[in-house]
Amino acid sequence: MAAGATGGGSIASNTYAESRNWLLLPAWVILAVLSLAPVFLMLIYSFLTKEFRGGVIWEFSLAAYDQFFFDRGLFGDEPPKIEWTYITIFWRSIWQAGAATLLSLVIGFPTAYYIATRPAHVRPIWVFLITIPYWVNLLIRTVSMKFLLRDQGPLNDLLMSIGLIDSPIHIVNTDFAVQLGLFYSYLPFMVLPIYAAVERYNFALSEAAADLYANKWVTLRRVLLPAVKSGVIAGCILVFVPSLGSFLAPDLLGGAKNLMIGSLIEEQFKGNAGNWPFGAAASMILLTMVLIILMIFARQQAKAQKAEG
Amino acid sequence: MSAEHSIAIDVKDAVKRYGSFTALKKISLSIMDNEFFTLLGPSGCGKTTLLRMIAGFEDVTEGDIFLYGQEIANLPPYQRPVNTVFQSYALFPHMTILENVAFGLEMRGKSKADARKRAGEMLEIVQLSQFSQRKPSQLSGGQQQRVALARALAPQPKVLLLDEPLSALDLKLRKAMQLELKHLQRETGITFIFVTHDQEEALTMSDRIAVMSAGELQQLGAARDIYESPRNMFVADFIGETNLLEVSVDQVVNGRAICHLGGGHELTCNQVDGIGVGSRVHMSVRPERLFISQEPTESESLKGRVMDNVFVGTDITTIIDLADGPNFTVRTSNSDRGNKRIFEPGNEVYVNMELGAARLLVD
Repeated sequence: MAAGATGGGSIASNTYAESRNWLLLPAWVILAVLSLAPVFLMLIYSFLTKEFRGGVIWEFSLAAYDQFFFDRGLFGDEPPKIEWTYITIFWRSIWQAGAATLLSLVIGFPTAYYIATRPAHVRPIWVFLITIPYWVNLLIRTVSMKFLLRDQGPLNDLLMSIGLIDSPIHIVNTDFAVQLGLFYSYLPFMVLPIYAAVERYNFALSEAAADLYANKWVTLRRVLLPAVKSGVIAGCILVFVPSLGSFLAPDLLGGAKNLMIGSLIEEQFKGNAGNWPFGAAASMILLTMVLIILMIFARQQAKAQKAEG
Repeated sequence: MSAEHSIAIDVKDAVKRYGSFTALKKISLSIMDNEFFTLLGPSGCGKTTLLRMIAGFEDVTEGDIFLYGQEIANLPPYQRPVNTVFQSYALFPHMTILENVAFGLEMRGKSKADARKRAGEMLEIVQLSQFSQRKPSQLSGGQQQRVALARALAPQPKVLLLDEPLSALDLKLRKAMQLELKHLQRETGITFIFVTHDQEEALTMSDRIAVMSAGELQQLGAARDIYESPRNMFVADFIGETNLLEVSVDQVVNGRAICHLGGGHELTCNQVDGIGVGSRVHMSVRPERLFISQEPTESESLKGRVMDNVFVGTDITTIIDLADGPNFTVRTSNSDRGNKRIFEPGNEVYVNMELGAARLLVD
């Protein structure tokens, strides 16, 4: 009896679901061709043998991964030691991207909060103003930043003219310059999700906290931040992930000493000096790392949501 | 003033302006210790603004607010020993019910364990112990309301502020909560300041009511006085149902005013200071103070014709038209029907009232 009743319902929902699947086909094709295929290709290339003027020889090899993790001496005949060069570059990238994310959060959160607390009719104007600089190409913005920050640049001129410093401070070609560059590249990705979260926030909760003897700092920490956490996490991911693989800011602002993964990978595919399998292997390692980080966040989100019911 | 009647909240010439708009026009009132005090008025009358000024969410443009003699107008909300039950409840969504109730206690410096113990006791009082580990979204509106109440009462505030806390509940639950709140107020001895636009709710619960309109205090008094002796037209009209008539005062004799209702009908009522012969003023008569008869009685009697009967459950409302004069609405209790006749539409009848039932209104 029950089977008959549910059977009738499932026939109807099946045809509906089938037609819906057909409509999803273009999306699946795009996803397969533009997203999964390149990653798969990269995965294959990372296990091939390198051709000396770029390109690959179709022969299975673990050389790329071996080169990434192990040092076998100049001629490749010594017992393997851990290769620290690339691990260091990865570690520096994580650190740089993390610092840029933190900087974006510290500047982006108050900005987003400010915009979200303006009257409703002026908020879109503020959001628009935030995005305006991003209509200019990233390369041009990053080069401009180098001019602003260099020793004889306007920033140093200004600081010296008001007597804050006697001689120019060297910003270009430091870690900090790279962090500033990354911060400036991706700030809107921090501001916009936090803005969306704060706009949905019920400000009566802040009043309730104040009413219950919580000062502003405690209210921020224990009521506002937990309530807009999803926006903060989204913003951090959106800044951290592209920062990690970025090569413009590190190249232009960091100089040769401050190589990041993005630049390392870029070099492998540029000109004749490249090593495609090695570049592909580095990309796969980067991808794996990003996926692990995203999965940790996703699991925490799911846990929090489950707890909230 | 004796100790048990000390003043809990003293509002002195409080003014609130938003730009060029004045939300509160110089309000002064004193709320007694241990009192159930209600701010009543239509939306936009300034009652919520006044409550929020006492809580500290709105600053005071002019004037002072004292809490047991201490000036509080310049203190931030988290330094005022008053707590609020919000209209939207404003429960912290990411905290459990127990954590919500314990929050204020923790902020006041209680240890986590102590705060939770006391919060558990509060949840017992509002009969929600079994839900202590749930999140607010898992509770019904009525349950959330009780959590909000427990959370606000837990830190034992000197004054509890309630901002239309029952408006989101259905009628039955609202009636039950009214009694529960009243009971809780007597039990705890905490001064309650209750904001509502529902006059029936105000009359049911309050010791004293401040009726407000357009940023001004219209009348302040005991629930019964406000109902039976409204000072002006707004109060008479806003509180309960009433017959509002425009009359002219013909004669004043021995403290009695003889008023002309139009169409040659005359009515005697008690004279009110400030109203003399020739004044055109309003008169208010409650429908339940009127009764209908076939023949004129010894009370004040006016001749008219029944226009309609409306059955409203507990009562029957009869509308009577005075020839060339105003209409009267008369309310007869349904339980009186056995003894009293129902007059059908078209019947010639008399509308009667005791002397004093009709009141002249100053403005």
